[in-house]
Amino acid sequence: MKFAVLVFPGSNCDIDMYHAIKDELGEEVEYVWHDATDLSEFDGILVPGGFSYGDYLRCGAMANQSNVMVEVKKAAEAGKPVLGVCNGFQILTEAGLLPGALLRNKNLKFMCRTVQLKVENNDTQFTNQYEKGQIINIPIAHGEGNYFCDEETLAKLKANNQIVFTYSGENPNGSLDDIAGIINERGNVLGMMPHPERAVNDLLGSSDGLALFKSIVKQWREAHV
Amino acid sequence: MSKMEPTAEQIKEQKLYAGMGMSDEEFEMAEKILGRTPNWTETGLFSVMWSEHCSYKNSKPVLRKFPTKGPQVLQGPGEGAGIVDIGDEQAVVFKMESHNHPSAIEPYQGAATGVGGIIRDVFSMGARPIAMLNSLRFGELKSERGKYLFEEVVAGIAGYGNCIGIPTVGGEIQFDPCYEGNPLVNAMCVGLIDHKDIQRGIAAGVGNTVMYVGAKTGRDGIHGATFASEELSEDSEEKRPAVQVGDPFMEKLLLEACLEVVKSDALVGIQDMGAAGLTSSSAEMASKAGSGVEMNLDLVPQRETGMTAYEMMLSESQERMLIVVKKGREDEIKAIFDKYGLDAVAIGRVTDDKMLRLLHKGEVVAEVPADALAEDAPVYHKPSAEPAYFAEFQAIENSEPEVADYKEALKSLLQAPTIASKEWVYDQYDYQVRTNTVVAPGSDAAVLRVRGTNKGLAMTTDCNSRYIYLDPETGGKIAVAEAARNIVASGGQPLAITDCLNFGNPEKPEIFWQIEKSADGISAACTALNAPVIGGNVSLYNERSGEAVYPTPTIGMVGLVQDLAHVTTQQVKSAGDVVYLVGETATEFGGSELQKLVYGNIFGKAPSIDLDVEAKRQQAILTAIREGLVQSAHDVSEGGVAVALAEKTFGTEDLGVYVTLEGTAVTALFSESQSRFVVTVKEENAAAFESIVSDAKKIGIVTDDAKITINGDTGILLEGTVEEFRSAWKGAIPCLVKSEA
Repeated sequence: MKFAVLVFPGSNCDIDMYHAIKDELGEEVEYVWHDATDLSEFDGILVPGGFSYGDYLRCGAMANQSNVMVEVKKAAEAGKPVLGVCNGFQILTEAGLLPGALLRNKNLKFMCRTVQLKVENNDTQFTNQYEKGQIINIPIAHGEGNYFCDEETLAKLKANNQIVFTYSGENPNGSLDDIAGIINERGNVLGMMPHPERAVNDLLGSSDGLALFKSIVKQWREAHV
Repeated sequence: MSKMEPTAEQIKEQKLYAGMGMSDEEFEMAEKILGRTPNWTETGLFSVMWSEHCSYKNSKPVLRKFPTKGPQVLQGPGEGAGIVDIGDEQAVVFKMESHNHPSAIEPYQGAATGVGGIIRDVFSMGARPIAMLNSLRFGELKSERGKYLFEEVVAGIAGYGNCIGIPTVGGEIQFDPCYEGNPLVNAMCVGLIDHKDIQRGIAAGVGNTVMYVGAKTGRDGIHGATFASEELSEDSEEKRPAVQVGDPFMEKLLLEACLEVVKSDALVGIQDMGAAGLTSSSAEMASKAGSGVEMNLDLVPQRETGMTAYEMMLSESQERMLIVVKKGREDEIKAIFDKYGLDAVAIGRVTDDKMLRLLHKGEVVAEVPADALAEDAPVYHKPSAEPAYFAEFQAIENSEPEVADYKEALKSLLQAPTIASKEWVYDQYDYQVRTNTVVAPGSDAAVLRVRGTNKGLAMTTDCNSRYIYLDPETGGKIAVAEAARNIVASGGQPLAITDCLNFGNPEKPEIFWQIEKSADGISAACTALNAPVIGGNVSLYNERSGEAVYPTPTIGMVGLVQDLAHVTTQQVKSAGDVVYLVGETATEFGGSELQKLVYGNIFGKAPSIDLDVEAKRQQAILTAIREGLVQSAHDVSEGGVAVALAEKTFGTEDLGVYVTLEGTAVTALFSESQSRFVVTVKEENAAAFESIVSDAKKIGIVTDDAKITINGDTGILLEGTVEEFRSAWKGAIPCLVKSEA
C-alpha cells in the first residue's frame, strides 16, 4: 500500500507521519508538496499536523486553497482512505470533507500531553484493529482542537456512528460531546486532533496509535487481493 | 519618514555618537581607523559592532579563560554555534543565547524572537534543529507585572517553537525577587548534522555573489544590540520599537530552504542576520574570510518605503540570512528559495580590499574596513573589586535553619515556584513534534533519540544563581557540575557546554568581580568534567534602576547516550527496589531554598564542592547505569534529599519510598550539599551496584503504598501520602498565576 503525506508550507508533523508509515508500519510512503496536481498513484492520503501557512487567517483555510486539495477531494470521492490529524483535521473541515469546525481550546492555551481516547466505533477502516470501547493513550498537541458543530450535525454524527474517538476522562479542550475524531458518512475520511503517528513506538511512550494505521492497511489489502 | 541625517561634523561636535552608546575614545578610534570623521551610517556601524552585545569588549578577557578544546570539539566559539562529534560522521550543534532586555519590555515578542534567533544560529551551520530548551528567571510571581511577564514569555516561546515545529524539551525556571524588573530569557537550540554538511559564515572567493534571503527589511529592531548593552530603567518602555516581531512561519520556510541550500556546492558561506543584522553578517563574513564585501542597498528587499542606509544596516528584522554563492550559480540557489516563496536577491559581491563598502542611490554611503568592525573593537579590562558582602558571608558559620514541622516544611518547599512542577509551562510547549523525544520534560535531562541510530542525546540547562551570588567561583563550579549530574543521571556522558553569561553592569567593579570569579569556577568545572565551552553569549547590564540581578551564568549542556538502553529517568520503578543516597551530606544551607523559606533572604557560604569527588562519582554512576544496574537516578539539588525523594515518587501510579536518614534532621532532609544522587536499584543488583559506586549508602526501599516515609535517628521525621505532596507541588504555579485579582 502506498501512502502520500501532504506537505504544505508550515506543515511540521509530516516527518512523523512519514516515519510512522515507513519505519513502524513498513509500507510505502512519499512526501507530496502542496502544488501537486495528481494523487492517482497513492492508495491512501495522510494530511499531517503543523501550522500550514502559519495558521494565519484561520487554521487550515489557506491550505484548503492549494492545488493538492482538489486532488484530495477527488481521492475522497473515489473512496480512498484520507486521514487528517490535528492541522490536517482542521484542513479537512475547511475543505468540507468533514462537518464542523475546530475552535480555540477552552483554556485559550496550546496544550501538549498524552490523553486517553475511547474507541467509540471500531467498525471503520481506520479502527478495525481496536476493540469497541477500548481506551488508548495518544498524545495531543494543539491550540485549536475544540470541536464544534450545530445540533443537527451532531445528531447526524451520532445517528450514523460517525464519532470514532472521544476523550475519556478529562476533556482537555472543551470539544462538544468530548469528540476527538470523526469520520465522514461514507466512512473513508477520518479527522482527529490527537496524533496517532506520535504513538507508534513504546520508546517514545506509547504504541497505541499503530493499530490505526494497521487498520487502514488491513482493509486495503482485503479489498485489493 | 526619515529626517535629514546629521553631518560628520555635527556628529563629532554635538557628540551624537554618545546617543548610540559610543564613548569619546571609541569615536576617536573610529576616526583614526578611517583617517576621517565617520558619517552617520558609518557611526552607526561602529557603534553597533562595538557594542558589548556584538563585540564582547568587556567580557573578552574573561571569556579567554574558558577551556574550548577537546578531541570531540569540531567547532568552538566564534561561529553561529559550536559543534561536537558524536561518532558515525554525525555531530551535534548547539548554542544558547539571551533575549533579556526585549523580553523585559515586550515579553511575548522578546521571547519569541529569542527562540527564532537561536534557531537561525543553528541552521546557519547547516544543521537540522531538533530541540529547544529554555532557561528562564522571573520575580516570585507576586506582582501583576511579574505574572504578566511569566505568562507572556512562556506564550512567546510556545508560539514560536510550536509553529516552527521544533520540540521544546526542557530547561529550567527559577524565581527570585532579584529578577522582578529584569527577567532572564535564555533560549538554547540543539541541532544535528552530518560532518560533510558543516557550513561556515565566510564571504570567500573574490567576485562571488552576496545574496540576501528571507524576510524583507523593515525599521524594527534598529539598535537592538545597543539597547541590549545598557541598563533597563523606567524609560525603557520607550525602547519598545527596538524589539523585533517574530514570524515563525517565515522562519520555517527559511529553515527548510536553507537546509536544502546547504546541500548545494554552489554555497560558499551562510550567516544569520541576528543582532546588528546586515552589518554584523556582512562584516563578520568578510573578516573571517580575509576579504571585503560590497553591497548595493537599493537591492535589499524592503518592507517599508524611504529607508535610509543607516536604517537598513541597523535593522534587526527577523528571519533573514546572508549567503555567499559561487558567481554564475545564483539561479540554482534562487530556485530553491522560490519554491518556498522567499526572496533571494543578489545584493553585492566579495571583493579583495577587505572593506565593507555600501552603495545607496548611486553613492558610496559607507566604506569601513571589515576587520575594524568585526575584530578590532576595543577590549576593556574592567576594574574588579571584591564586594563587601563576600567577606561577611564567608565569615558566617554554617548552621541549620529552625524547622518546627518537617512535613509542612517539605510541602512548602514543594510549593516554592523554583521547585514546584513546571507542567503548567511545558504543557504549552509541543515537546514531541518530530517524534524523537524519549524523555520529555519533568526528569533530570531531556533525552532525544538520534533517528536511524541507537544513540541518544541528553540535554539540560542549569544555574543556581543564589549560590553564585554568595560565592561566584564555587557557584560557577556548581552550575556546571549540576548540569553534568543531570546528564549523567539520565544515562549520558557530558560532551560540552554552551553558556549564557547574564550579569549586571560590568562597569561596576563588584559586578566585574562576579563575572571573573564565576568564569574561574566554570572553567575549573569544565576542565574537571571534560566538557569544554563551545560557544555562548554574554548579556550584561541586567539591571533595573541600578539593581543588578544575581550573577546568572546559565549552563546549557549536551551529553551522548551511547545506547538508548542506558536512558534512565528520575522516577522510581518498582516496589522492593533498594534506595541509595550517594554522596556526603553536611550542614550547608547558604543560598538554599530552605534558607529562603525560613528567613526570607539568603546569606552565608554557598555549598562546597570538590570537583575531583564530583568527577569520580559521576563516572561511577554512569558506569553503573551502563552496566544496567540502575532503575532510576536523580540528582539532589534545591530542597535537598527530601525534595529529591518526593520528586522520585511523582509521576508514578502507586509507588512510595520508605527511608531512614542519618544525621541531624534538618540537615539530613533539606541540606543542599553538592555531588549527591538518589538512586534506586533492584535488590539482586545491589551488590554489583555497591562495588561500582563505593560511596553509595542504602537508605531504604521503594514501597507499593504510595506513601513517603522518612525516618531519622530518633524515629519518624515525616510521612504522608504521595498524593498530598504531589498536589502541593503540582498546584503551586497554576495557583500563583491564577490568583490575579
